[in-house]
Amino acid sequence: MLRYALKRLAQGIVTVFFIATATFFGMHSVPGDPLANDKAMSDRIRANLEAKYGLDKPLLTQYSIYMGNLLEGDFGISYTQENRRVNDIIREHFPVSATLGILAIAFAGLGGVLWGALTALYRNRLPDLVIMLLVILGISVPSFVFAALGQLLLVNLNDQFGFSLLPVAGWGTVTHMLMPSLVLGLGTMAYLTRLMRSSMLEIVNADFIRTAKSKGLPATRIFTHHQLRNAILPVITVLGPSIAAITTGGFVVEMLFAIPGLGRYFVQAVQQLDYTVIMGTTVFYGAFLVFMVIVVDLLYGLIDPRVRLE
Amino acid sequence: MAETAYSAEDFAPAPALASVQGISRPSLSYWQDAWLRLKANRRALFSLYIVVALLAFTLVGPFVWRLDPALQDLEQISQPPGADRNATIVEPYRPWNGDDAPTTASLRLVEPPNTQAVRLVWAPLPGADGYRLYRNIFPVGPERAFGLPLFETLDPTKRHFEDRLDLRPQTYFYSVVALDGQGRLTDAFETVAAEVRRVITVEEAQAMGLVEEGQALAPGDGIKLQAHPLGTDYLGRDMLARMMAGARVSLFIGLVAPLIFITFGVAYGAAAGFFGGWIDQALMRFSDFVVALPFLLFMILIRVISGVQPGESGIVPLVLAMVLLSWPATARLVRGQILQIREEGYISASRLLGAGAPYLVLRHMIPNTLGVILVTLTFAVPTAIFTEAFLSFIGMGVAPPTASWGSMCNEGIKTMLTHPHELIFPALFISITVLAFNLLGDGLRDALDARMRSTE
Repeated sequence: MLRYALKRLAQGIVTVFFIATATFFGMHSVPGDPLANDKAMSDRIRANLEAKYGLDKPLLTQYSIYMGNLLEGDFGISYTQENRRVNDIIREHFPVSATLGILAIAFAGLGGVLWGALTALYRNRLPDLVIMLLVILGISVPSFVFAALGQLLLVNLNDQFGFSLLPVAGWGTVTHMLMPSLVLGLGTMAYLTRLMRSSMLEIVNADFIRTAKSKGLPATRIFTHHQLRNAILPVITVLGPSIAAITTGGFVVEMLFAIPGLGRYFVQAVQQLDYTVIMGTTVFYGAFLVFMVIVVDLLYGLIDPRVRLE
Repeated sequence: MAETAYSAEDFAPAPALASVQGISRPSLSYWQDAWLRLKANRRALFSLYIVVALLAFTLVGPFVWRLDPALQDLEQISQPPGADRNATIVEPYRPWNGDDAPTTASLRLVEPPNTQAVRLVWAPLPGADGYRLYRNIFPVGPERAFGLPLFETLDPTKRHFEDRLDLRPQTYFYSVVALDGQGRLTDAFETVAAEVRRVITVEEAQAMGLVEEGQALAPGDGIKLQAHPLGTDYLGRDMLARMMAGARVSLFIGLVAPLIFITFGVAYGAAAGFFGGWIDQALMRFSDFVVALPFLLFMILIRVISGVQPGESGIVPLVLAMVLLSWPATARLVRGQILQIREEGYISASRLLGAGAPYLVLRHMIPNTLGVILVTLTFAVPTAIFTEAFLSFIGMGVAPPTASWGSMCNEGIKTMLTHPHELIFPALFISITVLAFNLLGDGLRDALDARMRSTE
């Protein structure tokens, strides 16, 4: 187990190294540089600025300097936001994105397991049909439409009640977080519901369920201890990729709900070719995703004793 | 128990009939069987019809509905479907300077208001040293929230105004407020409602191609403006034509990108699975690395690296980025299948008969994974359409003026509250397409692959 974890971690670090390298050379192959955004400057000023940021050195030297700094955990200074360290940008804005993502995953996971189990128990009866219809909607409607509809709903509700039930946009308190994270988790929730339903249906007629019934266990205990615990396993395997999907979806939700997350900084940085911010966000997100996938894999080994990690 | 009488004939051997030995039902190939299963699945068949209809909408549609998607109909901006499109022919505009303004007891309209001009005159307000005129689309209440003035004068004898500013066929509320000697608002004001009628001159109608050859039009005649079955957007462009043009972009990306990356993924996975050993290890490590790349970030980076500036469309770089980032899932799937098939008896048999590697892979291995590949393809299409819509939505995909369903959603969401049809139609088309391909994928999976058959 420990050996496996260490091996995966080592592989993850190599992956992050390659991500950083690919991003670095990809980014530098784009015509122009971050200084080109500013208004016309004399050659002398330009030379001085290039010297300050080390842009006058050969690309390979820049690369080795950057990688050296990266090893010390230093992402450098932003080009376009005066003297702001990329570490500070990430420290300030990543928690916002992470909170949003974790809440969304929680919504998606809890909702998916619950609705999926319900549909399987009420197979082909009214609750099943209603929920599956909603699931089909959840899978086929883009998240930005959900975001727009969610805001519309909030505006109307606040109007009806005459006071602000939930804020329509912004960030800060728990009430701000509910709607965006629900919207963000909706697509994943629909997907997980479908998965949970089919895995639950496979288990409903399994031999060990019949055994449990025949020895007289109450239906609730069979549900919680025998059906749910077994059916939940496939859901956990897809949680890793789901985290990636939710991070991606977070961009739009952050934009529409005016949430000060990291996504906005990345889009802005790409447009202005702010090398250090692009590198910082990409490497950080990449490392985060790689790490989360490893955690989910390890978790799977812990929960399902049949899975041997090697 | 009743006694049964047996005779000697009952124990005679039955004659061998040819019909018993024959095959009673026609033999079915794998694909015929799959097609029969698919046809029996009503949901999948229905979604297949939808997919065909969407393709027809995209390919045949522009030949049926021949309106230029970039053409602006400035008479009808942001019109919902089924909006009134009647207009009355009027004389060409003649300037009016208020010379013939009749004296009046209050604020009133000189002639019936129309989209060409609204002409107002008013009586002197008590203590007025000047006037300020406002136009609102809602009646102004006691809070007197007038907004920005349309016109202002410090000459108390000028008591007429002609409004020609962007008039639409709707009701406007004109208010005239008296100003004191310092140009400050006073409490004295009057309001009049103007129900503006849509009018058009013969020249304008001809320029818009509404007049048939030899058709004589006189002022006062009614005429119908260009029809827009799905309404128009905020620039007056026809939504139906734009939906068709957008479908071409969205479906092109949605179909071509998955086709290319799945082909590549199949080749890659087949190579890894067939050769095995260190080649397999190296190839799969590389695919693991591509999986780990943060998708959206690299999507945007690849577009920028291909030289697409913000604000440019760059559909080919978009497809390229999707291909470069999406193939590993297919490669991994195909590799797993090939690893299994490699150990099958028929492969050894074929090898024994002298089959070479290309023959084994192309003739035996890939055809046997085709079902799985087809299912992956149908599920990849909605994902690609979503990705395009999503990127266009955040302004990193197809940029205006090129229409795509995603970019249309992006434009529509801004006017969601006042003109919801500009968001609803593209969103609906995305949803229907994604839904159809998802259901088709479910049906294909059930029909093609017994092992992956879902329990639904």
